[in-house]
Amino acid sequence: MPVTKSYIAKSVETMRPSGIRKFFDLAAGMEGVISLGVGEPDFVTSWSAREAAILSLERGHTSYTANAGLLELREEIARYVSGRFYVPYNPKEEIIVTVGASQAIDLALRAILDPGDEVIVVEPCFVSYTPLVELAGGKAVTVETTGEQQFKLQPEALEQAITPKTKALLLCSPNNPTGAQLGREDLQAIAAIVKQHDLLVIADEIYAELAYDVPHTSIASLDGMRERTILINGFSKGFAMTGWRLGFICAPGELAEAMLKIHQYAMMCASTPAQYAALEALKTGMSDVEEMKKDYRRRRNYIVQSFNEIGLECHLPGGAFYVFPSIRNTGLTSEEFAESLLREEKVAVVPGSVFGKGGEGFIRCSYASSMEQLQEAVKRIGRFAGK
Amino acid sequence: MKITKKELEILEILEKDARLTAADLSKMIGEGEEETKAMIQRLEEAKVLVHYTALVDWSKVEARERVTAMIDVKVTPKRGVGFNETAERIYRFKEVSSVYLMSGAYDLSVTVEGQSMNEVARFVSEKLSVLDSVVSTTTHFQLKKYKHDGIIFEEKQSDNRIVVSP
Repeated sequence: MPVTKSYIAKSVETMRPSGIRKFFDLAAGMEGVISLGVGEPDFVTSWSAREAAILSLERGHTSYTANAGLLELREEIARYVSGRFYVPYNPKEEIIVTVGASQAIDLALRAILDPGDEVIVVEPCFVSYTPLVELAGGKAVTVETTGEQQFKLQPEALEQAITPKTKALLLCSPNNPTGAQLGREDLQAIAAIVKQHDLLVIADEIYAELAYDVPHTSIASLDGMRERTILINGFSKGFAMTGWRLGFICAPGELAEAMLKIHQYAMMCASTPAQYAALEALKTGMSDVEEMKKDYRRRRNYIVQSFNEIGLECHLPGGAFYVFPSIRNTGLTSEEFAESLLREEKVAVVPGSVFGKGGEGFIRCSYASSMEQLQEAVKRIGRFAGK
Repeated sequence: MKITKKELEILEILEKDARLTAADLSKMIGEGEEETKAMIQRLEEAKVLVHYTALVDWSKVEARERVTAMIDVKVTPKRGVGFNETAERIYRFKEVSSVYLMSGAYDLSVTVEGQSMNEVARFVSEKLSVLDSVVSTTTHFQLKKYKHDGIIFEEKQSDNRIVVSP
């Protein structure tokens, strides 16, 4: 019998498993857990979008679409991105509909990286960035952000991480897990360095709709940046459509063409019913997004103040649906805190350390839960932290 | 009445969940607790916040089932007071749970609740249709409540999300 392990590629064999997995396994076996560990909306997709998908099935729209996605959807995406984020893209040549923003990131990295190329990854960040850079043959160079600076990328830190091999900066704002949002001025400083060193930006803007105090600024909208940005967004977070797996890429023609080459071989196209649902969401669902956003904003305010009251220092994040409170004064590591909290009070949170070294001393709490759940969670965490 | 942005938020939040305490409400809108209480009081005094009630599904309570009828009422308006006087005569009955003035084929939409169809029928024939200005009534009995004030009675949705995800 063959040793099956020997078949596994070295790049995969050495890949670090996601730290989230452990907490999932631990929490999944427990009864009565309140989870603040969920990285997706608690809202169900709006009925109008769901109904549009049902209708598309009834009409028999069950075949492939164009590789880049339904043209009608791409046209609607172009209208949306230019209307909301002020960046114009040609729907015929510069937009690709993907299987979630996750596939979009993978596509972008595979399309631009030669072996040994470096990508600057800003931590704490979404768990997939570094593994995807490595799978694409690149090298991830991490830059830490800190709580003192509200987890915003500092231009000096970026500058220091740049080497002759640096090809791109992978940037996520509003950020998972910290909720940090880069404002126009923050982005301008970053853009200046990017241009000076002739880099490309992969902008993961999946949380763009969920910016609560200041509207989201896309780095692609800044002067001279459209040509050096691969803009990634999607329907999962703002439109509460995670399970549909639908995202999109906007990029200058040649880059889009390169990504489409991979996409047509690896994926063919995104799911057809999901594309019809997304089309409806863009056409009629913006008011639903606004309603959800209102709710998130109130919950964010509630949980930030509550955490500060129970002694877990927490900054007010500008976007996404995560808060990232410090647990340093408990004397525990993030992982110890999260594990004990789960065992003793049955509240699931994610240790900040799984999102990068800079996340140590913090926990990620999602407020994509009902007010009742948040109230109960705060009570339990307060009891735990007060011990 | 002109209200502030924060007061508007209070109304939007309480309309969905009136049980939130002033302490929690104040955190949600980013305002002090005392200030929040003062705003609620102002809204109550101005009767913008009229009342706080619970939505009860009586159909689940044994021997306490109720019937609800929606009655279209045609009315002869009176000089000077229009429909208001008749509306008032109607809404003062405790059996009446709502009265709206409508555009279209009839004038007042009256909701009446009772223990039985008989009780409601008696109310219509003995109290409502005999009013001088009432020209005619058409009674519709509700058979089942699916959704009321934005709340679905038998919500099939549950949280299917996996407990921890990136």
